[in-house]
Amino acid sequence: MKKMLVTAGLITAFALPLHAEMVAPTQVAFTDGAVEGSLTGTAGDPAAGRVIMNKGAGNCIACHMVSDLEEFPFHGDVGPSLDGVGDRWTEAELRGIVSNAKEMFPDTVMPSFYRTTDFVRPGNGFTGKAAEGELDPLLTAQQVEDVVSYLLTLKE
Amino acid sequence: MGLLAAPAVAGPDSDSLVINGELEMVTETAAPEHLDGAVGDTIYSGWRFRTDETQALQLDDFDNPAMLTVDKAIDYFNTVDGSEGKSCASCHEGPEEFAGLTASLPRVEDGKLVVLEDIINGHRAEVMGAEPWKWSGQDMQGMVALIGLQSRGMPVDVKIDGDAAPFWEQGKEMYYTRYGQLELSCANCHEQNYGNMIRADHLSQGQTNGFPVYRLKQAQLISKHNRFRGCIRDTRAETFAEGSDEFRALELYVASRGNGLSIETPAVRQ
Ligand code: HEC
Ligand code: HEC
Ligand code: HEC
Repeated sequence: MKKMLVTAGLITAFALPLHAEMVAPTQVAFTDGAVEGSLTGTAGDPAAGRVIMNKGAGNCIACHMVSDLEEFPFHGDVGPSLDGVGDRWTEAELRGIVSNAKEMFPDTVMPSFYRTTDFVRPGNGFTGKAAEGELDPLLTAQQVEDVVSYLLTLKE
Repeated sequence: MGLLAAPAVAGPDSDSLVINGELEMVTETAAPEHLDGAVGDTIYSGWRFRTDETQALQLDDFDNPAMLTVDKAIDYFNTVDGSEGKSCASCHEGPEEFAGLTASLPRVEDGKLVVLEDIINGHRAEVMGAEPWKWSGQDMQGMVALIGLQSRGMPVDVKIDGDAAPFWEQGKEMYYTRYGQLELSCANCHEQNYGNMIRADHLSQGQTNGFPVYRLKQAQLISKHNRFRGCIRDTRAETFAEGSDEFRALELYVASRGNGLSIETPAVRQ
């Protein structure tokens, strides 16, 4: 019994520093639109990122065409094709674009996926009602890392 | 680009709209001066952005599913309702009397911006003693469509100066406000990106000359305010209420962006 408690304590001790590395949406540091370090300290998962491109609050193909995502229907053309973005941009630049594209492209129509403040009449999801309490970012820090790692696979 | 299930369309198509084989609609015309080139030189009816199948339903009134609701409004026009024992027909010879009205609405009366729903509910409450209709209910929108039909083919011509100016300014400001967590304004979608696809949707200029429109997906008439509400909700924003002063102002501003297009009421959408 005593041993188990000790083990549990160790896990917490290990989990804490990891948690502390998570960069909050309000603390992301942009340099010329790019974000240097990982938002989580955990490497992104390109397979998970690929799914976010098509689904949920990511839904990137609503505006972007991506040949690699051929199996998903209806790619929009509000934004440029993302084919080859892994060649055009560095990891840090892609992290900046996905976190808050307005840092890289002022006035762009692309939403800020890792930002929680300064919105006009923010809603509670798609209910049309006012948001309650603090907003969650559209993507979690890890989801941003997953999407960035997927974008890096898009080479010509 | 065979990989896209959506057709690779860009911009409006080049079809022309002639209703019942005789009534020719202006579906594209010079942009009103007040737009100052913001949408380019030309404004287009939303009809020009729809698929051939959807377009076809507007070519003949026998195929237009909105006409069933319009027929009910004709019946209602002659039906006594409310505590005063009156129908619309007690005071009005027929809906034809209202030719041209829809093309000029919203308008300012006694310092208030008035839309057609206000006039209709005003008559129900004040002169008929009947319960007001819900803004987007089918009885209300059926009557809005019946009255709008009397202006079909006439150019949208709303007044934006004089006492309308402050309302128009308010609507314009709303049109360019980037609402919600997605921070998208009406202009982001309908001015900057009309002709483009956003997921499966072919973006039009967001004109209101066909409203109320019959939406096949919902199988009913959709009011302007309901459409505005949906578009703002889709930006993950707290929207405004149907029948709010904000939406009256937006209705005036959006109508003015279509000055010169034919009234197509009731139009059909997917
Ligand atoms: C509402 C439309 C919209 C959505 C949704 C959207 N984007 Fe964008 N994106 C744009 C536009 C427009 C641009 C072009 C930048 C500009 O405005 O100048 C862009 C640019 C980019 C670029 C730079 C492309 C290049 O080659 O220069 C990347 C990378 C990108 N987006 C990734 C994403 C990802 C990943 C998502 C989803 C998590 C996403 N976008 C969602 C509209 C959108
Ligand atoms: C008791 C008489 C009466 C009844 C009942 C009545 N109206 Fe009217 N209506 C009027 C009068 C008088 C006017 C003109 C003065 C005004 O604009 O207020 C008018 C004006 C209108 C107008 C505006 C016309 C314009 O060009 O400005 C519309 C639309 C209208 N009526 C619709 C209706 C409808 C629909 C109904 C039934 C739901 C109805 N009315 C019932 C008396 C009536
Ligand atoms: C995220 C993109 C987006 C935004 C922002 C947006 N809309 Fe729309 N809107 C659409 C789509 C998609 C449709 C359906 C296709 C079409 O007609 O463009 C539509 C349709 C419409 C229509 C119907 C047009 C017709 O012919 O049936 C109107 C009117 C309209 N929008 C007005 C507005 C107004 C006013 C605003 C701002 C308050 C707005 N929209 C904001 C995406 C948007």
